[in-house]
Order: sequence, then C-alpha cells, then structure tokens
Amino acid sequence: MPRIPAQPSPMAQPRSFVWTRRVVLTLLLIFVLVPVYVMLSSSLKNLQDVQGSFRWIPSGLTVKPYVDIWKTIPLAHYFMNSLIVSVSATLFSVAVAIFASYGVSRYRFPGRRLFTVTVLSTQMFPGILFLLPLYLIFVNIGNSTGITLNGSRLGLIITYLTFSLPFSIWMLVGYFDSIPRDLDEAAKVDGCGPMGALFRVVVPAAVPGIVAVCVYAFMTAWGEVLFASVMTNESTRTLAVGLREYATQNDVYWNQVMAASLVVSVPVVAGFLLLQRYLVAGLTAGAVK
Amino acid sequence: MRTNRVFAATALVAALGLTATACGGGSNDSGGSKSGGSTKGVTLTYWASNQGTSLDNDKQVLTPELKKFEQQTGIHVKLEVIGWADLLNRILAATTSGQGPDVLNIGNTWSASLQATGALLPFDSSNFAAIGGKDRFAPSAIASAGAAGQDPAAVPLYSMAYGLYYNKKMFADAGLKPPTTWAELDTDAKKLTTGGHYGIAVEGSNGSENIHHVFVLAKQRGSNWFDSSGKPTFTTDANVAAVKQYVDFIADGEAAKGDAEYAQNQTITDFATGKAAMMMWQSAATSIKAHGMTPDQYGVVPVPTQTAGATGDAGVTSMVAGINLSVFKSTKNKDAALKFVKFMTSTPEQKILNAAYGSIPPVTEAQNDPAFQTPDLKVLASVLGKSAAPLPQVPNESQFETLVGTAVKDLFADAAAGKSVTDASVKAALQKAQSQMPPS
Amino acid sequence: MTATAPPRSASEAGPDSGKSAGRGRLRPRIPQRLRNIALPYLLLLPALALELLIHIVPMVFGILISFKSLTLFYIRHWSSAPWAGFDNYKIAVKIHQPIGQALLHSFWVTIAFTVLSVGLSWLIGTAAAILMQDTFRGRALLRAIFLVPYALPVYAAVITWTFMFQQNTGLVNHVLHDQLHVTSDKPFWLIGGNSFWALVIVSVWKSWPFAFLALMAGLQNIPRELYEAAAMDGAGVWQQIRKITMPSLRPVNQVLVLVLFLWTFNDFNTPYVMFGQSAPHQADLISIHIYQSSFITWNFGSGSAMSVLLLLFLLLVTAVYLLITSRRRGDADA
Repeated sequence: MPRIPAQPSPMAQPRSFVWTRRVVLTLLLIFVLVPVYVMLSSSLKNLQDVQGSFRWIPSGLTVKPYVDIWKTIPLAHYFMNSLIVSVSATLFSVAVAIFASYGVSRYRFPGRRLFTVTVLSTQMFPGILFLLPLYLIFVNIGNSTGITLNGSRLGLIITYLTFSLPFSIWMLVGYFDSIPRDLDEAAKVDGCGPMGALFRVVVPAAVPGIVAVCVYAFMTAWGEVLFASVMTNESTRTLAVGLREYATQNDVYWNQVMAASLVVSVPVVAGFLLLQRYLVAGLTAGAVK
Repeated sequence: MRTNRVFAATALVAALGLTATACGGGSNDSGGSKSGGSTKGVTLTYWASNQGTSLDNDKQVLTPELKKFEQQTGIHVKLEVIGWADLLNRILAATTSGQGPDVLNIGNTWSASLQATGALLPFDSSNFAAIGGKDRFAPSAIASAGAAGQDPAAVPLYSMAYGLYYNKKMFADAGLKPPTTWAELDTDAKKLTTGGHYGIAVEGSNGSENIHHVFVLAKQRGSNWFDSSGKPTFTTDANVAAVKQYVDFIADGEAAKGDAEYAQNQTITDFATGKAAMMMWQSAATSIKAHGMTPDQYGVVPVPTQTAGATGDAGVTSMVAGINLSVFKSTKNKDAALKFVKFMTSTPEQKILNAAYGSIPPVTEAQNDPAFQTPDLKVLASVLGKSAAPLPQVPNESQFETLVGTAVKDLFADAAAGKSVTDASVKAALQKAQSQMPPS
Repeated sequence: MTATAPPRSASEAGPDSGKSAGRGRLRPRIPQRLRNIALPYLLLLPALALELLIHIVPMVFGILISFKSLTLFYIRHWSSAPWAGFDNYKIAVKIHQPIGQALLHSFWVTIAFTVLSVGLSWLIGTAAAILMQDTFRGRALLRAIFLVPYALPVYAAVITWTFMFQQNTGLVNHVLHDQLHVTSDKPFWLIGGNSFWALVIVSVWKSWPFAFLALMAGLQNIPRELYEAAAMDGAGVWQQIRKITMPSLRPVNQVLVLVLFLWTFNDFNTPYVMFGQSAPHQADLISIHIYQSSFITWNFGSGSAMSVLLLLFLLLVTAVYLLITSRRRGDADA
C-alpha cells in the first residue's frame, strides 16, 4: 500500500486495520451501488421488462428510455430550473453564513447567544407548519410590492437558502473557532480591516468546511419536494417535483424515471468529484496552524 | 482578489435571480379585469389535470382546442397541466390566497369539499343557462358535482365508470362465462387461480381504489357511509360485510398476496400480462394496450351484484368516476370563464376530448359518436347511465377516503401476512377510522 | 501557504483598499467605537432578516393558526376562522381518545425510526471517514461513489428502493428468497411490520453520506502533530482512533448528531414518496401523520397544533442535548 508521508497517522498500519478497512468499505460499496445498479439496468429495459421480475442480467437492452425522457416531461427545462435555484441558493446561503459565522465566532456582543439559539431552533420547524403561512406571505408581498415571490424562482431561492442557513452557520462557527485568532489579529495589524482578515485569513483556512457547507446547501435545495410542489408553476417547476410526472394517471414509467434520474445526477456527481480537490486542498490550509 | 470574485459571483447570481423573476410566476396574471361587456382580448388561466399518457400528451390534446376557442371568441387561454400529486395542494394554496386560475379541473370526488370552501363558482340556473343548460348532462354526473340540494360547484367534463375486465382466452380455456353475481365471480376466480395465475387482481395499497370498491359493495347492501345529516356510519353491518368481501379476495387466495402492496397500477400490468384473469377498473383501454394486450383479447361487463338482475341500490355496480370543470369564484373574467366552460362542454369538443382520453362524455348528446361505440365503452356508458352512483358528496369526503382507505389497506396487509380478517377485526378498524372523523 | 502569505497581502492591498475606501466615506462621521459595536450586528443582519422572513414570521403565523378552528369552511378567509382556544391541543393530547392515540403511536414510531436511522448513519459515516483517512488506491473514486446517494434526487432514490422492495418482483426478495433461500416465503416490505425496517434502510442509505462528508471535513482539521506525538508514545492505530480521532471529532459530532436527528425526525420526503398519503400503521411517521391532518383533510388548526407540540418536543430535546454535550465539552476543555 503506497503511503504518503503527509498523511495523518504516520504509523505502519496493522493487518487488522487493513482488513477491517477492506471488509467494511466493500460492504458499504455494495450497499451504495446496488440501487444505482438497479437504476442503471432498469433504465435500459423496456417498460414491460421493468415491470416483470427482477433479474441481475437484463435479457434485452434498449436506449429508448433515454430518448423518451425528454418528451414525456420537459426534463431539460426542469433541470435548468433546479440548477438555477440550487446554485443561487447555495451561493447566497454560503455568503450569508460566512458573514454571520464570522460575527459569532470573532465578536462578543449582547444577543450573540440569542442569535445562535434562534437560528438553530429554526431547524426544528416542521415544514408543514409554515408552508401555508409562508405561501400567504409571499402572495401578500407580491400584491403590495409587485415582487413576484410566489411561483417564481426567486421565492424558491430565498426559501431554500434559509433552509440550509442554520446548519451552515453552525458548522462554520465551529470551523472559524478552530482557526487561531492570532492569525486574523496579525492580518489586522498588517493593515487589513476586519473584512480583509475574514477573506484573506479565515475563509482560506476554512475551505474544507465551506465546501462541505456548499455541498449541503446545494443538496438541500436540489432535493426539496414539499415547498416546490406548492410554490412553483409549470415554468418554474424543479426536478425534485418534476420527476414525479413520470408517474402518470395510467402508468408509472419506471424505466424513464431511472434514466432521467441518472442523467440529471451525472452533472451533480461530477461536481462533487471536482469539489473533492478543494476538500483535499483544505488539508494544506489546515497545515497553517 | 478573492473578495472581488465573491462579489462578482454575487452580482451574477443576482442578475440570474432577476431574470428568473421576470419570466417566472405567471399563474396569477389573469389578464385585464374585465367583468361583463366584451370578453375579447381577455386571457384566462386554465389548470388541467393529467388525463393522458403524460403531461405533454395532455398539452398536445388540449392546445389545438384552445386555439379553436381563441379563434371563435378572441379569448386566449393559458394552459397549465398539473400532475395529480400536486393538483390538490395547488388548489388549496389558490383557495387560501384567493389567487388562482380562472378555470380548473377537479377530481369529481373533491367537489363537495371544495364546494364547502366557497372557492368555486356555484352553477345556479343563470350560470347553467350561460353554458347551455343543465339537462345536457347525464344526471348521475351532475350528482357528483356537489352536495345534494345545493347548486353544483362544477360541471362534469369527462366521465368514467368501473367495469369488470376479463381475459377472454383464460375464460374460454376454463369453459367459463363472465360472472354476473359475486358468488359466480368467486367460483370462477377460484377455478382460474392455478399455476401462478390468479382469478382477479386488486390495487390493495391504493386508498382511493379501495374506497371506490367498498362504496359499491356497501351500496349493493343498501348501506351508505354517511347518514342524511352527513354523520359517518362506517360500522354498520353492511359496511363491515362490504369491506370484508373486498379484503377476502386476498384472504381467500383469489387474488395474489402481492396485490396487497399494489399502488402503482400494477393491477393493469398483471391483467394485461395474463397473471390475473379479471380486474375491476375504470376506462383502462389505453393502459391495457400500452402493456401489449389487444382489445380483442379482453371483454368488459358490469361489475357483479349480490343477486342476479338486482335493481336500485342493490344494482349499483360503479361509482361515478370522472373529472369536473370549475370556475374559480375570485376570477375577474367570469363571463369569459363561462364561455370557456360552454366551449369545453359543447357537444363537438366533448366528442374530441373524451375520445382522446378514452373516457365517456357526460354530455349525453355526445355519447352517440362512433368513437364511444366500442364494445367496452358501450358497456361503461350504460353502467354510467343506469347503475352508477356518486360517492358521498359530503365536505368530509377526503377524511373518509384517507381514513377508510388506509384501514382497508392495513386489512389487506393483515390478510396477505396470513392473519385472519374477521367481521370483528374489520369492525374494529372501521370503528377506529370513524372515531377519527371530525365532528361535522 | 504560510510562506506565500506576506507577499500576497502586499500585492492584494490594492483591490482591498479600494473596497474599504467605499466604506471610508462613513469613517469621519461614525466614531471607531460605534463601528466596532455595530459591526457584528451588520454581519448578522442578512441572516437574521432572511430567517425572520422565511422562518420566524410564518412560524408565529402557524402558532396563531393552531389556536383557530381553521377547517375547509374557513380557509378562504382564514382570519375569520373562529378561535378554538386550546381545543386543538386538547384533542391532540388526549391519548386515550382515537386521535390522540394515533398521534402518540405515530410519535413513538418516529422516535424509534429516528434513533435507528441517526445511529446507523452516524456509525457508518464515522467508520467510513476514519477508514478512509489514509491514502490507498482508489480512495478518491470511492469517496465520490459514497456521495452518490446524497447526489441523487430524493424522489429517484426512494422510488428505486420502493421498486427494489416490491414483494413479488423486487430485488430484495429475489436475493433473500430466490438466491440465498433465507426466507421460506417472500416477505412484504412496503406493507405490514417490515415497512418500518424498509424505511430505516432507505433513510440510512440516503443520510449516511452526509455524516461521512461532515466527518471527513472534521478529520482534516485534526493537527497531524497529535498523531505523531501519539505514535512516538507507542500508540497503535486503534488507540490513536480512540484517544485522538474521536475526542477531536466531538465538536463536529455535537452538531452532526443533532442536525441528523432533527432532519430525520422531520423528514417528509422519504415516507411520502415511499408510501404516498397513507403510510402503513407500523411506519406511520409523524410528518406524514400531520400532513394528513392538515393538507389532505384541510384541518389546519388541528394540524398546526400537532406541529407545535412536535416543535416543543424538539426544542426540549435540543436544549437538553446541548446542555449535556456542552457541559461535557466544557469538562474536556478544562
């Protein structure tokens, strides 16, 4: 097993550890991949075969579902909606969270505790309780200001960004706390303002945390069903609700559901792969300490 | 540098967000607020339900008709097709905020509930006159458009009825004729259950399907699920017997145990692939065909009754299934909306639309069209005209569907797991459902 | 990075000073002290405003509704719905009456589901994160694969599992019954008692990658010197995990376990996609139960009251949890 000196445990690994790793990770790999395999193989069958008994090796393969998915529902349109909503919500959410976490982590002020407790407690609000009130508020804002929040992507973006905000703030406060204050004090002495210290010292050192928070914020927005089902219309519908349209009045197009899910997940997984580099790069930033 | 990049990204996203607002949120702009006078140039918003093989298919069916309407009247109709998973929630949101479509489709079993909210325009005599009169519609279809004794909250658009679908070859091979009584059906089903094939298939985990069947089975015993004052009467002996008869399809082995978990129309799959010889379904022609079974391979007869040739309540073989068309009361374009309703329920449109969806026109005049003279649709149309009854038109219908539908589903699960389902256990389940009904 | 820091701050002084110049206009008028006091509040302002708009105000609204008898007869003019006092609450907590009994049952089901799902997700996530701390061949690929369940749209993931759990045609029974012959009969997974376990499995499958992700990030913040020092003292890998890794992960775990608990408890998507609007009795999670009470039957007063009770419970659990974990953390620090 190749070993790189920079890795955390500089000890020869006992056989027991290596074996545990092989066994556990293999089992996990199976657990994770079996449903993915089912999706893949089902997406290559015709509808009759999908509805029949499961077989590991499909008897006949067809790519027709991959052609049909675009016609059955406006998949590309929903995908764009989801992408715009999720990416915007993520960027805003992380930006807002960075500022708030910096404030909480680096300053002592009256109301600090109240703020963190309040923000965290919003995480407990059952969505069902405030879905309808929020909808009514959006409608009323639209009536009085002309800003269309209900049914628009903007409304969804604002809603989703607050969904991920509490956890993002909590996670980042933890990260910022672990970055020695001396570093940003030094930066301030060098002539940076508090903002300079935040963006030059604290943010770079917290890259792994920020990336994790980004992924989380993105996925929160990406998968949300309940609010999207009420607050979107035909032109703003997102994937999470749109995919359900493969289940129609008369039939569930299993093969198309699976094909569409795989197609829309490829860019997301690819994005994850890209972000991995930053997660690893975070190691170097951590070495500053 | 980093700072700048963040700000640049934020600005970009803000721009994206702004364009998003610009093209989003169209469902509320119901055009100019013209009430009375000319309806030309008005834009109506119309929420259609999913009737075809996909939302896209619905659009293809409806768009040319809406164009025709625009040519005739100068009224533009903005169409949004909404899947069943979202439709009720969208209507709910529209009701609470008062901002909804002008015209919309509703499942006809929702009629009384939505009527109770007061969100829908009542079809009083003048509104009916505006769309060409009430007596153009089949009476049973009108009866499923709102509570008795009140002006209907909707007009019927597409109608459907349940029939007993049977596999001709399997029946011929076993030397059987399609059953007319439940006793016959039980005997036939047991005979047909051999070698991996089953007599009948049921959609055991679908609450609505369960309700539709136990409603008919109870009706045949002269029992209703609500008394005349709208109070639930779930636990009458007749209702218990009805539920038990239905659940016994699995308990007695006439239907596969696996049917207890069916909720995605697997019943049709089983029927079309010959796994089950019979099923009770509404207007299934399109789906059966999609699964590769041709129309000459199956037949349709009315659902059996307790005794042969029963009439009146005892002869009811189906609930009145279908879709109604409603006008949102808060519409600013009532005249235009009524013109649209008149168009959609006109005889020529009824022929086109119902033929496209495989349903039966609730407008009686349209039923003569050759499109509805196929053997199966003829049977279903006659069921609709003679032996179909509307589900209870009470405001608490949805609670009834949820609670009793779930109770039947859980009883199916018991039966499939080999637990015995007795009159007592059925009664206990119904009692529990009834005690959770809100006081009305 | 340390080495490049000084020149970088010099080279970047340009754009940054440009930015502070924008703010500089305020400088002469507002004294330094006031700015120092205002700054943290300014930093929190965006977060606070958004939370108010999307969470707090609608929540207060929701609590108000719980004291109203907001049934379908009133939803069009919800403000004119009659006040119900505590009636909605009384009905919900009468545990010997059917409605209260059903709610309590659903509550216990949810507790059991949440504890199992969070426990397993955390365990698997921790094990995977620790086992993958060191480099080995295929590590990057494996890490990406492990995040796949998290990347799939919830609907697609859950519908696939539902598909696999089908009694007659599903993969699970194909393996258990046809291939391994573990069961003599094909068990049901989507109805009856097993539906609870099916729900737990799907939930763990979906949420463990998140624990994995958070813990992986947490592991990277543990200073390498700690391990080196321990190795020098002769501690083996297992000991290092117990003595260094686990204690160092405590702050991450404190948040992670709590949020996993809250999300799982309030999870609506999984049971909704799996069972539709009527979950089997044995898997009747509280989110679906309340959804039925409010959205299917349009009795928002009663549904809101149940939600508020749920919220109170979660507040209590969280408060106790934070009190316990913070104290322990405080001890450890001291």
